[in-house]
Formats: sequence, structure tokens, C-alpha cells
Amino acid sequence: MTTVTEERRSIRPVGLRTRISMAFAISGLILSVVLAGVTMVLSREQFIEAREESAAAIAVNNAVRLNNQLTPDATVEDLPSMLDSLTSLEGSQPLVRLRADWLLAPEFGRGDIPGVLTALVDDGQPGQIRAIVAGRPQLVIGIPLPSFDAAYYVVVDLDGVADTLGSIRIILLSAGAATTLLGAVIGWWASRRTLRPLRRVSEAARAIAGGRLDTRLERQADPDLDNLADSFNGMVEALETRIRRDARFASEVSHELRSPLMTLTTTVGVLEARRDQFSERSRTALDLLSQDLARFSRMVEDLLEISRFDAGAASLELTEINVSNFVHASLRAAHLDHVDVTDGFGGRPVMIDADKRRLARVMANLLGNATHHGGGLTGVFMERDSEVVRIGIDDDGPGVPASEREQIFDRFSRGSSAGRRGGTSGAGLGLSLVWEDIRLHAGRVWVEDRYDGGSGARFVIELPLPLDDPTAAIT
Amino acid sequence: MMHVGTRILTVEDDERIRTAVRLALEDEGWEVEETANGEEALAAFTREPSDVVLIDIMLPGVDGFEVCRSIRRTSAVPIVMVTARSDTHDVVAGLEAGADDYLTKPFAPKELSARIRALLRRYRSSETMPATMHFDQLEIAPEEGVVRLAGIEVHLTRTEFQLLVELGQHAGKILSREDLLERVWGYDYFGDGRLVDVHVRRLRTKIEPDAASPRFVVTVRGMGYKLQP
Repeated sequence: MTTVTEERRSIRPVGLRTRISMAFAISGLILSVVLAGVTMVLSREQFIEAREESAAAIAVNNAVRLNNQLTPDATVEDLPSMLDSLTSLEGSQPLVRLRADWLLAPEFGRGDIPGVLTALVDDGQPGQIRAIVAGRPQLVIGIPLPSFDAAYYVVVDLDGVADTLGSIRIILLSAGAATTLLGAVIGWWASRRTLRPLRRVSEAARAIAGGRLDTRLERQADPDLDNLADSFNGMVEALETRIRRDARFASEVSHELRSPLMTLTTTVGVLEARRDQFSERSRTALDLLSQDLARFSRMVEDLLEISRFDAGAASLELTEINVSNFVHASLRAAHLDHVDVTDGFGGRPVMIDADKRRLARVMANLLGNATHHGGGLTGVFMERDSEVVRIGIDDDGPGVPASEREQIFDRFSRGSSAGRRGGTSGAGLGLSLVWEDIRLHAGRVWVEDRYDGGSGARFVIELPLPLDDPTAAIT
Repeated sequence: MMHVGTRILTVEDDERIRTAVRLALEDEGWEVEETANGEEALAAFTREPSDVVLIDIMLPGVDGFEVCRSIRRTSAVPIVMVTARSDTHDVVAGLEAGADDYLTKPFAPKELSARIRALLRRYRSSETMPATMHFDQLEIAPEEGVVRLAGIEVHLTRTEFQLLVELGQHAGKILSREDLLERVWGYDYFGDGRLVDVHVRRLRTKIEPDAASPRFVVTVRGMGYKLQP
């Protein structure tokens, strides 16, 4: 069972924010690729046409100038010096036919000029054609010079355009990458904005889970979000009503139980005053009655107290308490004054603001717990630092396994060794009341191993010191 | 020896509790007069004042606070309040209405008789009273059982009186709430400090020229109270 859930958990679903960011990034990527593609195709045409135009213009110009330089008796040998004086377009090479002779370029042969063009030029028409010459895209322009039965050809390399296009491609690729990244960033930012209301919902839910039932979501004057806020608040409202009703029920039940308990307690007291007049059997019965009545009373009180916590009706009656006096008085009240107290206060009085009644119950519960379920109290320590005071209670029992150290403070929790630790009430409410009481004081309580290496448990309560230490105020 | 003739007036609307309490109190040798509501209680007290009054706060009709205030107008008799819960304002309200002490339901008969005995002891012990004390215009005369302010007698309840005597006997010294709870009420360390606070407050309204800035009974923050000689 557990492995299945763990396997399922190992495939972590992608978060909403990541998905939104990814969607933005992918849109950015697609958009930039399409734009870059279109740009590339269009600019390629543009560049090639522009080069063709300028090549044609130069070729015509060169043909006219060559025509002016030629003489009827010129031979092929005269041609190179004439061609040198002509304007040369970069990446172009001229070829000239003079009567039946050819002046060829180093890379091109006569057969490299497409026959269609030579036929056209021989017919006396100028022309140009795009062709793959010597394995590269070239533009071949031919212009007839009929006065001398000659023709001027020029082969213009179109591959140079590719270099320019290459740099454009790099620019477009960088822009595309930037757009994609920007898309991701915008997605991340937008999703954060979009999810902000969800984060508030999650914070509110956490607060409610933490017991602050009066938490509500504020309306944000946004119809979409207000819908969410309204249904969330409606849910919390229903939840709160229900919890309060349950708590009130427990409180009313306990309250109703008090009157009969009062009569019982008083009449059992009256009977106890006559204990001597009873037979042995009646005395045993009376003892059972009175012990369980006491237990029952405590349970009702504990239940009432717990329901008060649940209803959020528990309040603190703060008084100034001298911690050392309090601890010693607690030990005296539990008839445990013989136990060692380690006082880390260095003789200075340490005062806290606390509810004496609640704190007394906490101590009674923890001391009772050590006595009845922890093999006996072995020691108490007190220490303070700048902000808190700690009281530790060591026992001689088998300790509390690490796995149970939190749940031991749960209601009706009895740990693995059932019934061992339930607090003095025997109803398993004692330690949960300790927890609630200490929490109400903004303190902490936990159980750990004894420091001295003994096998027992150490229960520690930690309470905040008042911000303005009253002991410092008295001089 | 016995508290011969000690009469206790109880006010409790639940008949079963009332009967049980009567049985327990009679076991202590005290005479008990039972009443079921506030009107009956006030009539009974007017007819024949008792030595201690036990009042349940939750009463139909005239509530416990009102009964308490009515009795206080004419008498310094020790009053014990019975409350349902110890952490409510009921306790402070009851003390402010004039109660000397309180008990929270359900309490054992032993607790109840211990409380009553502590109140009666204070009420009756006059043999070992210390000599008269003077602080400015304030005169505390334990033998006479009176306190005078500028020669005029101040009406204090027995508990207020006892509190003032304790503070007076240790004039200039700080008495903690716990000290006072033990000396005046006979409580151990875990007694309710609000008993002290409310009684001090009430005492101040009676003996201080200005209760807001007391001349005699001063609060020592974090420590307790002391009487300024």
C-alpha cells in the first residue's frame, strides 16, 4: 500500500506556475520561429534581387565601356588589360567572346555558360539567368557587342548573399531565444499574479487548520475572485458553525453533569465522615465509589476544559508568577518535595506572566504522569535564557519512543504501551490539556530523552518571559 | 469548643444539592437554614442574620450577585460564593459584589467546611489581636475591630479588615499575594490571587483619599502589596 502511494508520489505533477510559464515560453518560441522564417525568406529574395539589379547595371555599364575600348583589329590578348579598367562587382568574373575566341575566367569554362543564354546573346539580345555554375548558385549575365561580333558575359556569385543572410539568421535566432525566455519570464510573473489569490486562499486555509476559525478571505472587487472568496468564506462559515456546535454540545453535556456530580461529591463526603460506622464490605464499596467519583469529576472537568479550548473560549487569567516558588509549591502540592530541583536561575527571581490555575494543572498533570506512568519522578530542572524559561520533569520509566513523541499529546492517546501515559485523569486528556494550556501561554511542550543518559523521559515546558522583565523594574 | 449556635444561610435552587450541602454542614455541627432563591434568602437574613452566607450565583429571579450586594449594604457577614466556573468573570464579579471567598462546583464537603472555618476563625479571633496602629490619618484598632480615617470609623468587611491588619503589621514590607492568601484566607500557594487583588481594590475605595494613586496600600509590581507607613 505504502509503496504504491510513494511510487505515485515520485512522479511529481508539474506545477501550475511551471505549466503557465512553459505555455508562454512555447508560444514565444513558435511565434519567433514563424517570424524568423518569414523574415528569412523575404529578405533572401530582397537581397538576391538587389544584387541582381546592381550586377545587371554594372554589367551594362561595363559592356558599354568595353565596346568603346574595342577596335576592329583587337585580339583576345588585348582583352585582359581592357577588362582591368572596368568596374568589378565583388564575387563576379567576366568572360568575353571576341568573334570565335573566348577570354575565360580561371574558374569557368565555356560550357559553364548556359546554352540558352549564349543563344539569346548570339541572337543580339542581352539576357540574364540564374544557374548552378561550378556547383554554386550564380547569376550569369550576357550582353552582345554586335559592332565587334563580341559578347560580354559576367558570372555573379550569389553565394555572397548567403553570408549576409547567415548573420541575419544569427540575429533572428538570438531574438527568438530572447523572445522565448521573455515569454517564460512573463509567464512566471503573470502566473504569480494570477495565483496570488490562490496563495491567499492557501494561507487562510492554513490559518483555519491552525485553529483560527474566524479567518475569512477579503473580497477584492474582482467578480472572478470574489466568487472564490465567497464560496471559501461560506465553507469556513459552515465549518465554524459545526465545530462550535460540537464544542458547545460537549460543554453543555459537561455542565449538565455538574449538578448530579455536585450532589454525589457532597453525599459521598457525608458518607465518608461516617466511614468508621460501616462494615468492611461497605467501606470497600465506599472507597471504590469515592475514588471513581473523583476520577469521573476530573474527566468531566477535563472535557469541559477541552471543549472550552475547542470553542475558542479559553482565556488566560494572567498573574505574575515567581517560577522557582511555583515549581516548589507544585512539588509540595503533589507531595514530591523530596525530589531534586536543579535551579539554573543563579539565585535571581524569574518572573513570568501566566495563568496560575492552568499552570498548576499542567504541573500536576506532568508530575502525576511521571509518578503514575513514568516509574516515578527523578528530578526537576529550571533554566532560562533571554526570552524563555524552561521547566523539565524527568522520570524513571522506559521513555517515549521518538515516533510517539508528538501523538502522546493527542487526546485519548495512550502510546504503544496502552494505558501507560494518559495524564492524571486516566481519560487520556491530561497531556492534551497540558498541550493546550501551554499553547495558550504561547509556549511549547515536548518530550525528549533525559540528559543524564537515564532511560526515562523528560517532559519540557517552555514559556515566554515577559518583554519587560518585572524583576528588572524593582530597584 | 463547638461552634454552638453558628448559623449558616444557604441559597441554592437545586434541591438535591441543597439537601446534600445541608447534610455536610450539619455534620460539622453547624445550624443550616436553607433557601431556594434570592428573595427567600434576603427575607431570611433580614429576619435573623446568620454567621456565614453561602450563595450560588446562578439563581432564578434575583441572582447571587444581587443577593450578595443587598446583604453587604447592611452587614459585614462572611459570604462564600458558589460559581460554576473558575475562569469566568463570575469570580471577579462575585468578589466585587462583596463576597469574601468562592468555591467552584463541584466541591468536596471538606473544602466547603475548610473555607467556612477559615472565615469564622477570622471573624471570631479577637484575643491575640495586635496593638492599635497609626499611619498618618489612618488608625487600625484590632482590639476594637475598627478602622478610623481622620477619626471617622470606616466600615470594612471582616476580610478587608483582616487584610489591612496583616498589611499594617508588616508596614513597609512587601507581602506577596501568596503570603496574603495564606495569612488572610488560609490558602496554600495555589489560592486565587484575584481574591487579594479585588479585596485590595475594595479596601482602597474605602481608606484611600485617592484610590487611583493610593497613599497607604501600594502595589509593588511583580512582588505584591505593602502598606506605606
